[in-house]
Amino acid sequence: MTKLNTFEQAVATYEPVLGLETHIELDTNTKMFCGCSTAFGAEPNTQVCPVCLALPGALPVANKAAVEATIKIGLALNCRIAEWTRFARKNYFYPDMPKNFQTSQYEEPLCEDGYVDVVVDGKAYRVEIERVHLEEDTGKTLHVGGTTGRIHGATESLVDYNRAGIPLVEIVTKPVPGTGALAPEVARAYTAELRDIVRSLGVSDVRMEQGSLRCDVNLSLNRPGEEWGTRTETKNVNSLRSVERAVRYEVRRQSALLDAGERIFQETRHFHETTGETSPGRSKEEATDYRYFPEPDLAVMEPSREWVEELRASLPELPRKRRERLQAAWSLGDKEMQSVVNADAVDLIEATVAAGATPSAAVKWWLGELSRRANESGEELAAMRITPAEVAELQGMVDDGRLNDKLARQVIDGVLAGEGSPSDVAAKRGLEVVSDTGALEAAVDEAIAANPAVADKIRGGTHAAAGVLIGAVMKATKGQADAGTVRQIILDKLG
Amino acid sequence: MSTISREEVAHLARLARLEVTDEELDAFAGQLDVILQSMKTLAEVDTDGVQPTSHAVPLVNVFREDQPQPSLPRDAALAGGPDTFEDRFRVPRILDEEA
Repeated sequence: MTKLNTFEQAVATYEPVLGLETHIELDTNTKMFCGCSTAFGAEPNTQVCPVCLALPGALPVANKAAVEATIKIGLALNCRIAEWTRFARKNYFYPDMPKNFQTSQYEEPLCEDGYVDVVVDGKAYRVEIERVHLEEDTGKTLHVGGTTGRIHGATESLVDYNRAGIPLVEIVTKPVPGTGALAPEVARAYTAELRDIVRSLGVSDVRMEQGSLRCDVNLSLNRPGEEWGTRTETKNVNSLRSVERAVRYEVRRQSALLDAGERIFQETRHFHETTGETSPGRSKEEATDYRYFPEPDLAVMEPSREWVEELRASLPELPRKRRERLQAAWSLGDKEMQSVVNADAVDLIEATVAAGATPSAAVKWWLGELSRRANESGEELAAMRITPAEVAELQGMVDDGRLNDKLARQVIDGVLAGEGSPSDVAAKRGLEVVSDTGALEAAVDEAIAANPAVADKIRGGTHAAAGVLIGAVMKATKGQADAGTVRQIILDKLG
Repeated sequence: MSTISREEVAHLARLARLEVTDEELDAFAGQLDVILQSMKTLAEVDTDGVQPTSHAVPLVNVFREDQPQPSLPRDAALAGGPDTFEDRFRVPRILDEEA
């Protein structure tokens, strides 16, 4: 294995070209071509019927809600909606589809030629969308008999077809050149924006960790002025952070190979969450020829312009508009708002504000302390074990003088460790600001007695010297005193 | 002279997970050959400027409403498979990563 280049070395020599293919599971009530329920978590093979099992003579009929959802996605991505479109069979022999083909779309996708704008590092990038098409999800396979649970070494596979036939929208970008060293961030920003757009439409819950939004990352490198290189396609990229890491890793890996005079093979690779690396996968079919042909069992679709305009008029507020509205409501500058967006904290802050915190307090917690901890643990902010309501509660306790910043951070430790709500943690850990003035006065008296020289200075008018006594009191109370109150008591006694 | 070889038929059968005997391989190669020859004859027709037909009936926009319908009882669904285990279809191992 060739040694990896650093990312900085790699982008100093090569220009990355990105491409992103995203699959989104729609949250319709029923499957794409039959009336089977799509409810998550059902017993294996209880949501299957002659159509999705491809029993002889079954006739598929397209789900209108899924077609509408796809048109809405296309419209939200600034696409042209086809006036004439049809389904196609993508043929392959693999047991995750009982039909031996997947019903998809080929030359006539529902939506084409759109774009998504993202801002990274203050620079705007337009990611062009090539197509948005409608297809169906595959069944779930479980490989058994091997030691690893993976296919290598497995002796057999067990298949559950509940997921087979759930409507799936595939969104394919055009190649994205010109992102340079920001390629990982642009890939992430695009995926986040796409997710937010689809979520705002209410047509999918777009949960990456649950597989309702799945991302394939295509990447190639070329030297400046040269033709684009051969691309690899990395699958199994299941979080925004992974999108970024997968791009970064492929840039490093491919550049090292190119430096060594080797060539890049067009191949499918798999991303490994634990190591952040990619490894070659095997293809589903020996021939990559899927022998597409028009699906004769499903009628051609001709979305009328009236229908499309009706759907356009029904679009909700899209994320860009919403961000503009929230930025104004929260009185944030462009840069600060961009940090909020990049940290994927818009929803979290909105919910925290809705739970009663001021915008500035909500921004402070999520972008400050909580972002720092998320970075340390390598988690997404939203995946941390603290809810917006808990952050609002925490801030409420600070506002009430029950917690100071230092204690609040300790309370966060407890909440993240699963010890309960902020007030539970404060109670269990005994983390309340000492508001009992009697106790504080006693502590101040002790500090004065222990530091007579300092006390004299303060008596002499050097109020700045109070810091020493405050420090002593804070130490004595294990940080649980309010510094302002302590200062006041000291000055009352000595001033 | 066959245009499709015995080996090609065996390869296709394997991809389709069909068990085929040696005698059947010969028989299918011959039969597929006749089909391919017929296709060649059809291919001689001048179809320039003719839209390929994908649907025999001129229907458009046939949709269903998003209303759940009963699925098959699980036993009935599994009965169609060659082998099952723990309520799942059991198939020979496959050379790919987990889906």
